[in-house]
Amino acid sequence: MEDILLTIHKLRTSFQIHGKFYPAVDGISLTIQKNEVLAIVGESGCGKSALALSIMGLHPSDRTLVEGIIEFQGRNLLQLPIAELNQIRGKRLAMIFQDPMTALHPLMIVGRQIEEPMNVHLTLSTKEKKHRTLQLLERVGIQNNEQVYQQYPHELSGGMRQRVLIAMALACDPVLLIADEPTTALDVTIQAQILELMKDLQRQSQAGILLITHDLGVVAEMADRVAVMYAGEIVELAPVRELFYNPKHPYTRSLLQSLPSATGQKQKLHVIEGIVPAIEHLKRNGCRFASRIPWISNELHEGEPILHEIAADHFVRCRCHEHFYLPAERMGDESNASITAT
Amino acid sequence: MPLLQLHDVTVQFPEKGGFLKRTIPPRSVVDQVSFQIFQGEVYGLVGESGCGKSTTARAIMGLNSLANGQILFQGDDLYQMSRASRKLRMKDIQMIFQDPYSSLNPRKNVWNIIAEPLRNFESLSKEEELAKVQELVERVGLNAESIYQYPHQFSGGQRQRIGIARALALRPQLLIADEPVSALDVSVQAQVLNFMKDIQEEFDLTVLFISHDLGIVRHMCDRIGIMYKGRLVEEGTVEDIYERPSHLYTKRLVAAMPELNPEKRSEKVKQRRQINEQYELAADQFFDSSGRIIELRKISDTHRAALK
Repeated sequence: MEDILLTIHKLRTSFQIHGKFYPAVDGISLTIQKNEVLAIVGESGCGKSALALSIMGLHPSDRTLVEGIIEFQGRNLLQLPIAELNQIRGKRLAMIFQDPMTALHPLMIVGRQIEEPMNVHLTLSTKEKKHRTLQLLERVGIQNNEQVYQQYPHELSGGMRQRVLIAMALACDPVLLIADEPTTALDVTIQAQILELMKDLQRQSQAGILLITHDLGVVAEMADRVAVMYAGEIVELAPVRELFYNPKHPYTRSLLQSLPSATGQKQKLHVIEGIVPAIEHLKRNGCRFASRIPWISNELHEGEPILHEIAADHFVRCRCHEHFYLPAERMGDESNASITAT
Repeated sequence: MPLLQLHDVTVQFPEKGGFLKRTIPPRSVVDQVSFQIFQGEVYGLVGESGCGKSTTARAIMGLNSLANGQILFQGDDLYQMSRASRKLRMKDIQMIFQDPYSSLNPRKNVWNIIAEPLRNFESLSKEEELAKVQELVERVGLNAESIYQYPHQFSGGQRQRIGIARALALRPQLLIADEPVSALDVSVQAQVLNFMKDIQEEFDLTVLFISHDLGIVRHMCDRIGIMYKGRLVEEGTVEDIYERPSHLYTKRLVAAMPELNPEKRSEKVKQRRQINEQYELAADQFFDSSGRIIELRKISDTHRAALK
């Protein structure tokens, strides 16, 4: 167990709306180990980015409340003074941001931006820094590294910029990387390249990755374990194979069914009725997914749903999954229900 | 006769550059693209960002001007008509935009948004207009009361439905959908796609469906054209493209689709590497001496690809 990098315990991140605080991340507990890719998947507004920013301590403190414990290598990040936090983030704990178009400084050459975390965390001479930066650029698959070093972000394509962002995150050899939708802004072919690159780098460095995404395809390709989030809570947590072959929670199963099939059968896509309630209107007692599956009667949900371990390392919130069937499953089409791609 | 025919459509954007930022020869963003769409068909136009797929759509709508080529709608050249008759014909071509957050006027209520095309082309009394708008709003699955609400009161999926209602108001023959679901969440995306399919069947619509997502295109379309660097590199039925892709670029795109089965991860990585290597080795086979993608060659009755 000494390989645990990050332990999140009952994390609750609340935003202030009209003077009151409403939790966007509501009681999340997770661990990430060394050499592991943990994916957090969910739709917009489920709290996955709020979770990432809480770990990095990037929420403005006047409008957000972050409660609970975020323990990174034995220290609770939420209790650390800002100076000590700054010793950790950017060095051992680094983040790759979503949008490579806006995350880079437009008026600074790329090389200098990658050197920035080194200026703060490492004591290197100018020459050593440049050498290290060129190596990093090479590691992220940029061949003409000498040239790119001197270029401004606008001179690079989206895929190249994302590579630069990854190089920047790797600058001080982090042990844990938080990647918030790292490929959402990219084309499919570039996405495939970037995912492969991240996988390779992770294998070399043995770092842990917390991968935040809405794309189940990216999850299937990258993750070792998956946490599915809905309305601020984890509804299902399982190893990646288990999640795709044996999904349990109604939300996970509905999501998998709503993807256009890769095998090209043109049947109707499954639709999850209703919408996610806004956080100020969300009912916080009972099963939060209940309103989206109205045909499951109230008695079949738990009053205070907790995560049940139904198989080794496979956790599902609420008992309602035992009574839940998708239309496709109801027709006896069991094989088609759990996984659409074969 | 095809409903829509594109013959050697070329769109150029002027460029400034070089010494004193003088005008230099324009760059063809869409370079001699030809395809046809038949009545009742859903035609998918696929490619990565910057390949010219949206520019092609905008050229059909008359939002970009043509440098060369013809666009025939029901046999008539849209760019040779007088302004007045062109305006009347454009009534039959409507568009759904990508971003439901910026394509609806925030200061107009739903009634005024949907009634705008009606006011441009049909002189209806206020009662007739209201009846028609209500019918449309209900058809797209929104509450009849919602016509008095404003766009910000709706979710992304609902907004996209309002956009679709506006496009359907004039009963168009051709609907151009430019990435209609790429700004939406997976579950909402499924709602809008199902709904578009229903509408397409109900109104026997012809649709030009533009997307970068090969999974969605496979789900929605009958025939598909793949664009790369402003040129069409392959065209065929869904089966032609997904089962028998001929052009290496198509193969590359199909291989890059995320694999939903975690078991097949390493297999997929190997396949992608292989195709990328082939692509780099064989790149000169797909370009002529000036670096332009070569002309499409017929492979079967339905299948064409830019191969030697």
